[in-house]
Amino acid sequence: MYKILEARELTTNIYLMEVEARRVAKRCQPGQFVIVRMDAEGERIPLTICDYNREKGTVTIVFQTVGAGTKKMGELKAGDSLHDFVGPLGCPSELVDEPVEELKEKSILFVAGGVGTAPVYPQVKWLQKRGVNADVIVGAKTKDLIILEEEMEAVAGNLYITTDDGSYGRSGMVTQTIKDLVEEGKHYDVCIAIGPMIMMKFVCKMTEELGIPTVVSLNPIMVDGTGMCGACRVTVGGEVKFACVDGPEFDGHKVDFDQAMKRQQLYQTMEGRALLKEQEGTTHHGGCGNCTDNN
Amino acid sequence: MDVLKKVPVREQDAKVRATNFEEVCFGYNEEEAREEAERCINCKNARCIVGCPVSINIPAFIEKVKEGDVEAAYHIINESSSLPAVCGRVCPQESQCEGVCIRGIKGEPVSIGKLERFVADWACEKDVKPEGAKEKNGKRVAVVGSGPAGLTCAGDLAKLGYDVTIFEALHEAGGVLVYGIPEFRLPKEKVVAKEIENVRSLGVKIETNVVVGKAVTIDELMDEEGFDAVFIGSGAGLPKFMGIPGEQANGVFSANEYLTRSNLMKAFQEGSTTPIMKGNKVAVVGGGNVAMDAARTALRLGAEVHVVYRRSEEELPARVEEVHHAKEEGIIFDLLTNPVEILTNEKGWVSGIKCVKMELGAPDESGRRRPVVKPDSEFVIEVDTVIMSLGTSPNPLISSTTEGLETNKWKCIIADENSGKTTKEGVYAGGDAVTGAATVILAMGAGKAAAKGIDEYLTNK
Ligand SMILES: Cc1cc2nc3c(=O)[nH]c(=O)nc-3n(C[C@H](O)[C@H](O)[C@H](O)COP(=O)(O)OP(=O)(O)OC[C@H]3O[C@@H](n4cnc5c(N)ncnc54)[C@H](O)[C@@H]3O)c2cc1C
Ligand SMILES: Cc1cc2nc3c(=O)[nH]c(=O)nc-3n(C[C@H](O)[C@H](O)[C@H](O)COP(=O)(O)OP(=O)(O)OC[C@H]3O[C@@H](n4cnc5c(N)ncnc54)[C@H](O)[C@@H]3O)c2cc1C
Ligand code: SF4
Ligand code: SF4
Ligand code: FES
Ligand SMILES: [Mg+2]
Repeated sequence: MYKILEARELTTNIYLMEVEARRVAKRCQPGQFVIVRMDAEGERIPLTICDYNREKGTVTIVFQTVGAGTKKMGELKAGDSLHDFVGPLGCPSELVDEPVEELKEKSILFVAGGVGTAPVYPQVKWLQKRGVNADVIVGAKTKDLIILEEEMEAVAGNLYITTDDGSYGRSGMVTQTIKDLVEEGKHYDVCIAIGPMIMMKFVCKMTEELGIPTVVSLNPIMVDGTGMCGACRVTVGGEVKFACVDGPEFDGHKVDFDQAMKRQQLYQTMEGRALLKEQEGTTHHGGCGNCTDNN
Repeated sequence: MDVLKKVPVREQDAKVRATNFEEVCFGYNEEEAREEAERCINCKNARCIVGCPVSINIPAFIEKVKEGDVEAAYHIINESSSLPAVCGRVCPQESQCEGVCIRGIKGEPVSIGKLERFVADWACEKDVKPEGAKEKNGKRVAVVGSGPAGLTCAGDLAKLGYDVTIFEALHEAGGVLVYGIPEFRLPKEKVVAKEIENVRSLGVKIETNVVVGKAVTIDELMDEEGFDAVFIGSGAGLPKFMGIPGEQANGVFSANEYLTRSNLMKAFQEGSTTPIMKGNKVAVVGGGNVAMDAARTALRLGAEVHVVYRRSEEELPARVEEVHHAKEEGIIFDLLTNPVEILTNEKGWVSGIKCVKMELGAPDESGRRRPVVKPDSEFVIEVDTVIMSLGTSPNPLISSTTEGLETNKWKCIIADENSGKTTKEGVYAGGDAVTGAATVILAMGAGKAAAKGIDEYLTNK
């Protein structure tokens, strides 16, 4: 069992948890992830490592409640425990292996979409600790969905916030901000984009036009997270890769996003039903006899 | 009673079991077991012992069954095997102990596997446990992986007085026994959990959720965590794909994924939190035990299932019993058939599998006749799900993070067969991680050999 030391709602449907997991905390690097099971019956949920404290032996995760599994997890409080917490999984971000002197020469841009702000944060923080200031664009649908603003402000070189509806910061999609920044005369050597698949796809389209090499962090469906099941396979540069061991970060200009997005939808019908059941509790499947479970 | 024939074992009716996940075979009761035991003629130079990879004293334990002293029979088996309830169920007996039984020359061999299973199940029901160490020797051994190799090595070392900790990557111990082999062949609560409990009762600690090579390295286990030796039994868990067009389509799974969802995550049960695709028409590509398990799982989830295999029935690598059971249950075998492409519909979902017919040519290096494509034989099987079961290879997570641990060209860890010794001092290995995908009993045998090797090493150190 892995004790939850802190649990709070960052904004509607987005939760932060600090969890005691000594082995993970000792070893993890920015860019890696964990797999969590909330109870003995729970499914295995992959989540990016958002922060870690090696002395305390804790790891912070941030998750959005999108379905039955994460929704149930959102109900946990400090003092509760997670049944399983395995990691660190996947490869660390490439930045970690680059000599700091070289990183300092580079102009780095992070683009975070929605809950993707959480995995971007440890990378920016890691760089800032080593004297490298990276620019960060954070985008969300609306003001309420912006998370970790203060934390990010503290570690980013320049922080640009944009909302689709213009309710906060700039107005429009993150791609617009990228374009604007470049047009304003900014130059970037590398872009790291993390967020919903569709956002990463369009960021990559934009950066390809602008000639900025781009790294993305993919979140395909996973089971074991150790290379055993092949559920997480994605096509990158025409080659099949397992995101859990070869990634999760890849060269965004080579990723087949359309295929990856289709594969993400594999269990959509079943997941939708599970969510309904979770929301409606015992009132769902109330034995009316009219609905069958075999479609 | 016909002495040339095995005492028949009671099984769930094929039609009924095709719709549930209960165990197929009921096993012998005491009376049936005694009757079958009587068929053994207690050979002096018992060939069956040679046929068993861990050399169980088969005639001796069968004698005890005849006498009705099942507990004594259990202890005889336990001297050589730590997972009898498992091996009695899943060993390919026809090519091992039973394959060479003298009874088999004229008639059917003695049903050694079913007798072993009977003894193990009896001991489990009566709560007879293997005997542990009298005293601890204070030395610590780390075991990576909790499959048959790891469990056996850990159990044997604990019996010798070592302080053993198993590190397992998944959230549950058992390796392929929990995530691969289905409930209807190997019940998890009744059999696997009990066998693991037996290993725990010897004092072995099991730490789950530790991916060695990620959370901690082999060197750190020895240098920082104080382990005097390490055994690697990490299995052969990486799935292979064919590399044909359409393989990334929605509805194509590796057998590992499909079986893990069903077995480890219990997706076959109503209300499970982990989803599984219940196909209408499923093609399973491959012909081994894994393919049979995937096919029979899909069948039980409600699909029409085709096993697509490129050689003929004779070459099917699966256990004969499993093929027989699969046929009884209604699995369709499309033999001498090889997929060349997976077809998809406009939404990117599997709509069919395009195959070619094969015929057997001259024998290849494995001695089996090589299948060659029949010209102009392309045809399509309409399916909505494809399960690829083409074999597995070892995970490089450990070998790539351990300096001095050498592997061969198949990524298998190089280890001495008799002692499990690897190219790195203090590090031993065995099971599928060394041999590539093999069998439970071979993995167990390797775990045993390594326990002996480790004991010798640490005693002389
Ligand atoms: C490497 C990686 C890192 C991730 N990091 C984060 C993170 O930091 N914060 C966060 O909120 N989310 C993250 N995710 C996504 C998160 O795992 C899913 O949102 C979660 O599993 C959904 O589960 P559910 O039961 O609540 O929803 P469901 O209703 O079951 O699923 C909703 C959607 O989530 C995705 N999903 C479902 N099951 C899985 C699965 N087993 N593996 C991957 N995706 C799945 C599918 O696209 C699905 O359509 C990450 C995923 C991966 C692979
Ligand atoms: C579906 C299926 C059906 C089969 N049917 C039969 C049968 O009928 N009869 C038969 O004899 N054999 C059968 N086999 C083969 C048999 O199960 C294997 O040969 C045997 O389990 C190998 O044992 P092992 O201990 O070497 O490895 P495994 O059983 O694979 O166990 C390895 C364990 O190590 C863990 N691990 C891996 N990497 C790490 C790491 N880095 N850190 C920590 N832990 C790690 C894994 O999670 C796993 O739990 C079958 C196999 C499958 C997949
Ligand atoms: S362990 Fe396997 S090979 Fe040995 S006697 Fe038992 S069933 Fe036969
Ligand atoms: S070879 Fe057959 S008959 Fe002879 S001892 Fe072994 S099981 Fe009994
Ligand atoms: S999640 Fe199973 S191989 Fe990547
Ligand atoms: Mg879910």
